[in-house]
Parts: sequence; C-alpha cells; structure tokens
Amino acid sequence: MIRIERRLEQPRWLTVAVPVVSIVVAFLFATLVLLATHHPPLHTFKRLFDAAFLDNGAMTETLVSATPLAFTGLCAAVAFRMNLFNIGGEGQLYAGAITGATVALLLAGAPSPVVIIAMMAAGAAGGAALAAIPGLLRAFFSTNEIITSLMLNYVVALILDYLIFDSHSYLRDTSGFEASVFPQGKNLPDAATWPSWTVHGLVIPLGAVVAVALAFALWGLYARTRFGFEVTVIGDSARAGRYAGMRTRRKIIAVMCLSGAIAGLGGASQDGDFRHQLDPRGLTQANYGYAGIVVAALARYNPFAVLLVAFLLGGLQNAGFTLQGADFPNGLVGVLQGLILFCALGGELFVRYRVRIERRHKPVAEPA
Amino acid sequence: MHALLGENGAGKTTLSNILTGLYRPDEGEIRLWGDDVEFHSPRDALDAGIAMVHQHFRLVPPFTVAENVVLGDHRDVGRTFRLHPRAIERRVSELSGRYGMAVDPRARIWQLSLGEQQRVEILKALYKDARILILDEPTAVLTPQEARGLFETIRAMADDGRTVIFISHKLHEVKAVADRVTILRRGRSVATVAASDATPRSLAALMVGREIALGGRARGDREIGESCLELEGVDADGDRGVPAVNDVTLAVRRGEIVAVAGVAGNGQRELAETIAGMRAATDGTIRVAGRALKGGDAREAIGAGVAYVPEDRLGTGVAPGLSIADNVVLKSYRRPPASRGPFLLVRKIRELAVGVMQRYDVRASGPDVPARQLSGGNLQKVVLAREFSGEPVVLVAASPTRGLDVAGIEVVHDYLRDAAERGVGVLLLSEDLDEIRALADRIAVMYEGAIVGERAAETATVEELGLLMAGGEEAR
Repeated sequence: MIRIERRLEQPRWLTVAVPVVSIVVAFLFATLVLLATHHPPLHTFKRLFDAAFLDNGAMTETLVSATPLAFTGLCAAVAFRMNLFNIGGEGQLYAGAITGATVALLLAGAPSPVVIIAMMAAGAAGGAALAAIPGLLRAFFSTNEIITSLMLNYVVALILDYLIFDSHSYLRDTSGFEASVFPQGKNLPDAATWPSWTVHGLVIPLGAVVAVALAFALWGLYARTRFGFEVTVIGDSARAGRYAGMRTRRKIIAVMCLSGAIAGLGGASQDGDFRHQLDPRGLTQANYGYAGIVVAALARYNPFAVLLVAFLLGGLQNAGFTLQGADFPNGLVGVLQGLILFCALGGELFVRYRVRIERRHKPVAEPA
Repeated sequence: MHALLGENGAGKTTLSNILTGLYRPDEGEIRLWGDDVEFHSPRDALDAGIAMVHQHFRLVPPFTVAENVVLGDHRDVGRTFRLHPRAIERRVSELSGRYGMAVDPRARIWQLSLGEQQRVEILKALYKDARILILDEPTAVLTPQEARGLFETIRAMADDGRTVIFISHKLHEVKAVADRVTILRRGRSVATVAASDATPRSLAALMVGREIALGGRARGDREIGESCLELEGVDADGDRGVPAVNDVTLAVRRGEIVAVAGVAGNGQRELAETIAGMRAATDGTIRVAGRALKGGDAREAIGAGVAYVPEDRLGTGVAPGLSIADNVVLKSYRRPPASRGPFLLVRKIRELAVGVMQRYDVRASGPDVPARQLSGGNLQKVVLAREFSGEPVVLVAASPTRGLDVAGIEVVHDYLRDAAERGVGVLLLSEDLDEIRALADRIAVMYEGAIVGERAAETATVEELGLLMAGGEEAR
C-alpha cells in the first residue's frame, strides 16, 4: 500500500534536488518516446545538446531564444514574491512590443540612444499599463488575477493581429504591392536597432545585458529596500502587512505593474534586438510568456536562477528550431518542454509530501 | 483522567502529536494496551483508538455537525460511497445524549458557538470509538459555566472506561478534574502525582522547577493620569459584514490597566482591530491622546501611538516565514535606524534584533531564525518587544497570554505592568478571569458586541463576571 504523507519540514536540499531530478526524469520519459518511435535516444540528445550549445553560432542563437524567456521569467517570478500569479506575461510582452515599435516609428530621425531609451520606457509602460488592469481588479475587487491576466493575453493577441492584418494602422507597412498581399509591420528606423557586442564569436544582444542587470536590480529591490520588505511581508502574511500599516492595495498594483513592465521591456527588446518590426506571427507563435512561467517555476522564483533556467530552456528551444527537418523527430522539443514542466510540477509533491510504501495494516488489539 | 501539565516548549504538544501520529518519535517505543505500536499518520492513531481535540478546531464550517463527525472516518458508513445522513445523525444524537452534550446534528458548524463546536470535536472522537481522548486546552474558549459542563462530560467518558488526557495551563482545573497529573519540563517527564495529593503551588513549582508567586498582585504605585484612549459609541462590522461591535464607549487613562472580559467571539477581536486601525468603525469616534482618528488605517493608529498585541500571534502579529530580525522591524522599517530613504539597512536591523533578543530574553539560535519556529512564549516576547519599542501611548493587548506557560504568562504580565507604570494606558482583552483579576484596575464585560457591565477590580467577583460574560442579567 502506498501512502502520501505531509512533510513537517521541507529540507533545503530538496528545493535544488527536485528541479534537477525533474529534468532528468523528463529526459528519461523522452527516451521512452524516442525508443517507441525508433529513434536512437542518445544520439538524438547529443545532437540536441550540440545544436543548443556547441555548434558554430549555436550559443548566439541560444541567447536569442533565452533573452525573452529571461524577461518573462523575471516577470512571473517578481509577482510570485507577493503570492500574485501573473499569467499575463504573454500579453504584456505583446503590449510592450506594440508600444515600443510605435515609439520607434514616431521618433524616426532622432539619435539612436534617444530612440532606444524611449523604446525601453515605452515598452515597460505598455506592459505595466496592461498588468495594472488585473492589479486594480485584484486590489479593489479581490478578482482572481490568474484569470484576468490570462484572459487579457487573448485580448492583446487580437489587437496585435488587428494592427497588422485587419487595419491600415500606423504600424503596418502599406508601401508597395507586396506589403498589401503579405501584410507586415513597418520596418523600424535604423536608429531603433539595439546594439550588440561580439565576444569570441558570441553575439550578446543589449536585451540580454538588460535582463541580467534587471535580475541584479530585482534582487536588490527585494532584499535591500523598504518596498521589497513590504512585498515580502505581504507575500508571507497579508494580515501581518495590514497590521504593520502597509498599504496592501497599492503594493498589489505596484507589483503587478512592475511585473508587467518587465515583460513589456522584453517586448521592446523583441522589436529592437531581433525583429525590427512589429511581428504578430512571430510573437504569438513563440509563446514566450507561457514559457516564462515554466522558467520562473523551475527557478523557484529566484531572479538569478531565472537567468540560468532561461538560458537552458532557450538552448532547448533553439536546438528545436535548428534541427527541424526530416531526419529529426518532429515535435521532440515540444514534448521535452512539456515533460519538464510536468515533472517539475509533479516534483513539487515531493517537496511538500513524502511517500511511504508499507505492507498491510497490523491490527491493533482492542482491550477486552 | 490524566492531566498533562508543563511550560510551553516543555513538549506537551510534541508529545501529543507523537501519540496521534502527526510526528514520529526519533527513539523509544509506544505501547498501547501492552503492544508496541508505530504510528505513521493520524489515521493510524485513530485506527488504534486515539483521538485528539486540538486547541484550534479542525471542522469544516459549511458542513453540518453530522457531516463533520463522519469526516475522515473510513469504517462502515464512512467507507461506502453513499452517505447515510439519517443513520449518522441518529448515532450522533445518541452519543450527545449519552454524554450530556446538547448539539443539533443538522446544524451547520458556522452557526455554532465555540463551546458547541468543541462538543462536535469531542463527538467526532467518540464516533470513531476513540478509547483514548487527548484534549488540548479545552477550556480556553469556554465560560466558567461551560467549562463545568465540559468537566461533567469528561467525567462521564471516564466512567465509561475511556481514558482522557487533558492538557491545561490552569492549575485549579487540573486539580479539579484529573485523577493523576504528569508534569513535563523541557521535554522530560518530571513527575507524575495523584491530583488529590497536589496543591496548585506544588504543581506550579514542579512545572517551572522553582517556587513562583501565584496570583501575587504586585500592583505597585501607578500614577493614573489623564485619559489617553477614548471610545465613544463605536460600532464596527465583523468579517461577515454583520455588526460585531455595538455602541462601545470606553476610556483608558494613562497608567491604567482596563480589562475587557468576555467569551471569545463576542466582538473583542473586532474592537481591538478597530482601535488598531485594521478595521473601520461604522459609527462613533476613537480618540488617542485627545486626537480623533479617521479610523480604518493601521499606519495612522501606529503613528498616533497605538501599540497592538493581536490575538493571532502567528500570521498577524508576525509574518511567520520571515526572520526574527524582519519581524522586530515590522513596524519601524520605515524610519531610521532600520532604513535610510528607500533602503533597508540590513546589518543595522540584525543588530537591533540581537539587542532585542538579549533584552527580552528571546530564546532562538539567532536573529535569522524564521518566526514560525519560535515557541509561543518567545514569539510573544518578540511581539511585545516590538510594540514597546515604538514608545506607545496606548497598548491594546488581545489575549496576550493565550497558550503560554506559567513562566511566559508571568513575563507578559510583568511587561504589561511595566508599561502601565511608565504611563501607558493598557487595554487588555482577555477571557481569563484570573489574569484579568491579577492585572486590571477596572473590568468591563463584553457580550454580543456591547459592554454589558463595568466593575472596579477590587469589588468584582468571579461569579458575577462569569454571569455577565455568559449574557446573564446584570447582577446588582
């Protein structure tokens, strides 16, 4: 008989061991899938690893995939510090991409640093404005922010489509015949291209640098400021926060806005670093926002761990893109990602509970 | 009838948790009716006939009494897919009749008073045929009259051949009810004595390992000054939006200890929260040192000099997952020396916490220990230390000694007296009449949200107060 019992204490090592073991187990399951479909598992994994980290230019591509994941991962992690579940990273990233691209087009002709800083500010503001909606609803009407933030993702995705495919908006490229047959966003001015640095062949985009800086800043914010202290107290016990005279409502709104701003910054980085136009198809297909929740969960909401996990999952995603083709199992990367999430969430069980296997009950003698 | 007596942190709760399968012993063996047993979970213990009535009830409020009673039972009716409400209700009424515990099996838990809820907990244990019942401080939530009823029930169960283990801090109760008493001190069983041979004084001495003065009223010479907290016709709603505090008018002067007596759930918590700004008054005014508060704003109340020791220590009084250091500055983190501008001075906060831990004798391995891991007494020291450090004008203390051991109670009482001597007006909300009589200058009794009587401490009798607390006619 198998029984599941609650753990009284949660040992520290488990918080590290569970994500690691989860990933290993996910790969074991993937092995089964590969064997069942007649692919050599070890060889396939090796190709995956090579394509993610070792091949020529692989690391550069991995960074391209990892950068948005770092933003959305930080977005989810920040909100969770106050027990808020911001599932809206996806929509907030779109919002940031829209506002970022708009500002870049409006500022055509301005010097590059001005445009870039304006894009960052606009992207952050766009994400924050969107996240403020679930924040306000939660603060004043106790609405569940999981649902409201999730639903807004679809709203923004539709707006994004509308701007490029269904209207002649300012953001849409309407010059020439080709643009009217294949709708796409206007190309952003050259001044709106974010700089990158090349180190030993590895191209580091500005967005990646910003994400790393952001992780440090967030750590400092939470560990060393009054704001972070209040968020931590309220996250631990909202009643204790109210008791200490903290303004819990304001804090909810502020944290949601901060979280949304981070995702929005990620959206602006998509415009400036990688896409150089508002690209609805590319953004909606990438699912950065949802993957960011996985990143944050695997990282256990620690900003530095978010960077690491974003890098690893980014590698996996990148390898998936590169290896797509006839000789590579189609959808393997998606299966792997799903398995990793599944195992990580399942692994949570072992942090909180222990499993005991026992033989049948020994009856206890009753007194006569 | 066996009583378990000991200071907090002496291991009473840990021991009961081992007996009920919540914890597992590191070493040693438990013999039940002569056989070795090993419990892995509460269910194992229940199967063996051991049940516990916890201090905080484990009931499902929207369910009926009968549904709660059958919850977690996995024999006969509990085992089948379908519930048989009639059969369960019949069995519940039969049990409640036999042991003199009147409770309607069809009533829903949230409709019941705390005393009735406790009866449901006991019925739950009886329903599962518990041969051994552990009661953790069962009288904490009862009026003296209700407690007497409980003792009769316990007697009836003992006469029936059941074993009752009774955990209490109240010496006279232990003496009145138990056949034998085991005293625990620092995790060791110090002595087991026959209750008939023991006196409250000898039990207290065994408990703390030294003689202590019982009921010593070191009132001292306190200068009673002008009034520092005035409530005028204050109304407030409870959590469900129904009126909980009804037209309360009360004044506390500097250096005075005013007690509000009453059975839990008669609006004391809501009253305390209203004064502390955690709850908005729907009518009336609250003045602190002559200045009227807007109300409903904890920061305003803190700024005006209201210190508040909440009843719910873990969860309100401290953030349980945060360190002692963080909890020490829970209210002062906005000002120097804990912070400068928007930045926390982490090292300074640690220093402050170490100082507080030394001054107030908080026993923990360091300031980084999460508050959750502290014992009740040490936790209360942290709360009191923080509240006193804010230089308060008024101190509102809600059941500040609930669940503390004799030594802890002594410490808290000393702090409250100190505060009054330093000119702080103390408003003590408590259900413990012994405590109130030991500390208060004036006693107001609260029943169903209203103050139903006020007495000078010297002239009030326990019977008179008990009657008022139970909603009896105002005694003349």
